[in-house]
Amino acid sequence: MSKISKDQVKHVANLARLSITEQEAEKYSEQLSAIIDFSELLNELDTSNVEPTTHVLEMKNIVRKDEPKEWISKEDALKNAPDQKDGQFRVPSILDS
Amino acid sequence: MNFETIIGLEVHVELKTESKIFSPSPNAFGDEPNSNVNPIDLGYPGVLPVLNEEAVNYAMRAAMALNCEIATDTKFDRKNYFYPDNPKAYQISQFDQPIGENGWIDIEVNGETKRIGITHLHLEEDAGKLTHGDDGYSLVDYNRQGTPLVEIVSEPDIRTPEEAYAYLEKLRNIIQFTGVSDVKMQEGSLRCDANISLRPYGQDEFGVKTELKNLNSFNFVQKGLEFEQVRQEKVLRQGGEILQETRRYDEKTKETILMRVKEGSDDYRYFPEPDLVKLHIDEDWKEKVRQSIPELPDSRRTRYVNELGLDEYDAGVLTNTKEMSDFFEATIDQGADAKQATNWLMGDISAYMNKQQIELQDLPITPEALAKMVKLIEEGTLSSKLAKKVVTELVKNGGDPETIVKEKGLVQISDEGQLRGIITEILDENEQSIVDYKNGKDRALGFLVGQVMKKTKGQANPPMVNKILVEEIDKR
Amino acid sequence: MSVLDLSIKELQEKLNNKDITVTEIVQAAYDRIKETDDDIQAFVTLNEEEALSQAKALDEKGIDENQFPLFGMPIGIKDNIVTKGLRTTCSSQILSNLDDPLYDATVMQKLNSAKALNIGKLNMDEFAMGSSTENSSMKVTRNPWNTDFVPGGSSGGSAAAVAAGQVPFALGSDTGGSVRQPASYCGVVGMKPTYGRISRFGLVAFASSLDQIGPLTRTVEDNARILEVIAGQDEMDSTSANVDVPKYRDALTGDVKGLKIAVPKEYFGEGVDEEVQTSVRQALKVLEEQGAEWDEVSLPHSKYAVAAYYMIASSEASANLARFDGVRYGKRAENTEDMMDMFKKSRSEGFGEEVKRRIMLGTFALSSGYYDAYYKKAQQVRTLIKQDFDQIFEEYDVVLGPTAPTTAFKIGDQIDDPLTMYANDIMTIPVNLAGVPGISVPCGFHSENNLPIGLQIIGKHFDESTVYRVAHAYEQATDHHKQKPQLGGAK
Repeated sequence: MSKISKDQVKHVANLARLSITEQEAEKYSEQLSAIIDFSELLNELDTSNVEPTTHVLEMKNIVRKDEPKEWISKEDALKNAPDQKDGQFRVPSILDS
Repeated sequence: MNFETIIGLEVHVELKTESKIFSPSPNAFGDEPNSNVNPIDLGYPGVLPVLNEEAVNYAMRAAMALNCEIATDTKFDRKNYFYPDNPKAYQISQFDQPIGENGWIDIEVNGETKRIGITHLHLEEDAGKLTHGDDGYSLVDYNRQGTPLVEIVSEPDIRTPEEAYAYLEKLRNIIQFTGVSDVKMQEGSLRCDANISLRPYGQDEFGVKTELKNLNSFNFVQKGLEFEQVRQEKVLRQGGEILQETRRYDEKTKETILMRVKEGSDDYRYFPEPDLVKLHIDEDWKEKVRQSIPELPDSRRTRYVNELGLDEYDAGVLTNTKEMSDFFEATIDQGADAKQATNWLMGDISAYMNKQQIELQDLPITPEALAKMVKLIEEGTLSSKLAKKVVTELVKNGGDPETIVKEKGLVQISDEGQLRGIITEILDENEQSIVDYKNGKDRALGFLVGQVMKKTKGQANPPMVNKILVEEIDKR
Repeated sequence: MSVLDLSIKELQEKLNNKDITVTEIVQAAYDRIKETDDDIQAFVTLNEEEALSQAKALDEKGIDENQFPLFGMPIGIKDNIVTKGLRTTCSSQILSNLDDPLYDATVMQKLNSAKALNIGKLNMDEFAMGSSTENSSMKVTRNPWNTDFVPGGSSGGSAAAVAAGQVPFALGSDTGGSVRQPASYCGVVGMKPTYGRISRFGLVAFASSLDQIGPLTRTVEDNARILEVIAGQDEMDSTSANVDVPKYRDALTGDVKGLKIAVPKEYFGEGVDEEVQTSVRQALKVLEEQGAEWDEVSLPHSKYAVAAYYMIASSEASANLARFDGVRYGKRAENTEDMMDMFKKSRSEGFGEEVKRRIMLGTFALSSGYYDAYYKKAQQVRTLIKQDFDQIFEEYDVVLGPTAPTTAFKIGDQIDDPLTMYANDIMTIPVNLAGVPGISVPCGFHSENNLPIGLQIIGKHFDESTVYRVAHAYEQATDHHKQKPQLGGAK
């Protein structure tokens, strides 16, 4: 029994913008299910009164002053662009569907 | 069956800090594409966000002005979605601990005051700008990426498109006074999405709502909602079903048009942003921000009526923008009479602004100059009529009214001897008019006054001219 | 003896005495790389022209050690640390054309200011996801002690380059053991400092709340010298801590008298090679002889660490790697129909198997309806693991155990089984989850395969000094660190 079905795998792949074949969906379904099975181990622990840790260090209020700084040129901004036109990044349009 | 309309508005307001919210790029509108960007804005590998303190201050200021409770502990979260204008494929936003909650504003519709709740106000980063071409490609400019943005979500308290309009006007007015945003819809520093649903009167649960997007003016918000209200009612009356969908308002056809049907809720996979630490906003910080909020329009309006004796309408117009209100207050601080200052501001100055499509702050006239001009009128140095010439000069080129009056020879002639000399000359040249006047033709006096004014280029003090004319005619 | 076998201190003395020039040191590194890298495959990109021209400039300038603590020192950089003007790929096809990432990571700025010289970029598991460097899309790096074996990962290129004597020092990054485990497999010293100790600005993020850069060196002292240079709060990284950076070298006193060592029984359980256990216990004896005390303790939540780690790291990674979309830089797939197709094809072609697997896992763990059960649960377990360490450190100065359960495994042995692969990290992962510092130092060789074994020493938050002190005392009492691989076969 797979914990994560092929349909779920396809949904997740779509969210992550990965295209996958039927075969890959099958494989991910097995592998992800195995990892999820393994992580069920965590349910042995009662964590109902445990705060989640996002940061190991208790730091607060790290902010910077509102001062603009020049950094890179407009040319550098586009230096690595796979495609560009008129100083802008060019991408294929979204299809109306 | 009659239907009740339920409207909720989501308003995005860009904050006009000097730099962006998570990167030190300049925060500016209208520059060349991709000129205000750095590797952080472009989502380069390895970059990290650092929070701009002023963005938090501005968001708090807006939240306070909208009567929100300010969070003591808050944080940022990642909202995940792919789009070319979203360079990290996540937007740093606030999911469950917004900066402000439970606020409200009062709006006035048809003479009645109504309170509209504000669910929350949260801080986030704006996206870049995607322009769709007709060649199968779109272009991306990341200048706007990282502009600090607050999202203000209203309670579903709004019942008519007219109320929606009033809510937006009021919201813009308040935010404008806090000084945290330009709130200009045409520049995108204020943007609005509207949710609308209908339900039979008496029913508690809400109907299915549609979302209106791409609303480019308050007027279109109202028009779009009006259309949608009618459309939904028609569907419901025909036994149809409203779908949860996103629609846009087409300005040409004046209709709302389906963009997409929503399937379930979008899965944004929010989680706490690990690259930023938590924010703790203590009372001192809150108080400091509270002190920085200028007096808001409602309070100013009341004060203008009660303390300065202006009428409600004038007080309303003066508090329409912060620039006008501040200008007005600075003018009376310089000693000008409140009513005189109001008349000039709402009269010739506003007319010029409208005609030239120019903002008050972009005019060269200063409150000091206007106050001085009002004083010159009061002293009798300048006639109201000639003052119009002075004000025209002030809004066009600025300067000091006293100098303008002298240079343009606009000083009122109030010297009795000088006037009597001129009048004697005029009477000598127009004996027929004296005869006419004595024969009871009052119009003849008007003609003579006109001649005096012509000779003095309008500078003669009119009451004195009248008085001396009558005296001199009587002598003949 | 090669000039590259010398320590920073020795090199600097030779430079001072004009026995050697910076150019000679740098040239020696490139000669050694040319001689050995066909076998080792550690480097992805070399910085030869630039490094030699900088060396020449330094030679003309003359040394001022006080002003430039790493003057003329050659260093290799893991390819997930951003280097301005030098290709930065994370060993991924999706970044294989990122020839100039536009800026320098904060650690690179610090190394540049210290006048260290960047020799080149080192191979790694793609986006640091892996424990063997087999997940690189560029090449498979080999263990210098036996080239049939993996060097460990994900900083496998860094560990192998140092072990092979190509560069005396390298930077790696450690999210779940990626500095310490390859250091252990390759018989070098690898430090993962406290979370927040070194700026992450310019470290390509894998799991933001776990990632730390760390130095790999042949000796503890060199390691301490490099950390002194690259540590410290950075205004570009909100999660870097405002804690003073001590002169770590001052801690290298050799004195461990009265030091209290905790030895978690969980680090000596099933799956941990007998001989690895024996080597570590012998190391403990060495420290005991020098006056340290030790007790067996329990870190009861250790067994949950790997599961919690994979949920947290994959979730953060799924967001961190979403920016690789073919819009602004990196590889874009050709012949795409529309925007959606472009995103999907670019990402599917650009990422390797393991990266996709973790993106999928992380996306699933964060998705609607599963967040609480998987991501939040894992963050709560993380709290318990952190508390385990907090409690132990109330009584003890350091925690000691093996770095990895075994020595290096053969290339190709584990790559198809993610769960077995993940089990390599059971002793290193809790350290990242708790954010504490940990070091791996060589503590012997396995009798079966002659491969190095690593000893892990874990300290309190920001107490790298004590970790270095213990590691140094042990190192000085043994000669494991003096062993060198004979390239092309066993030692």
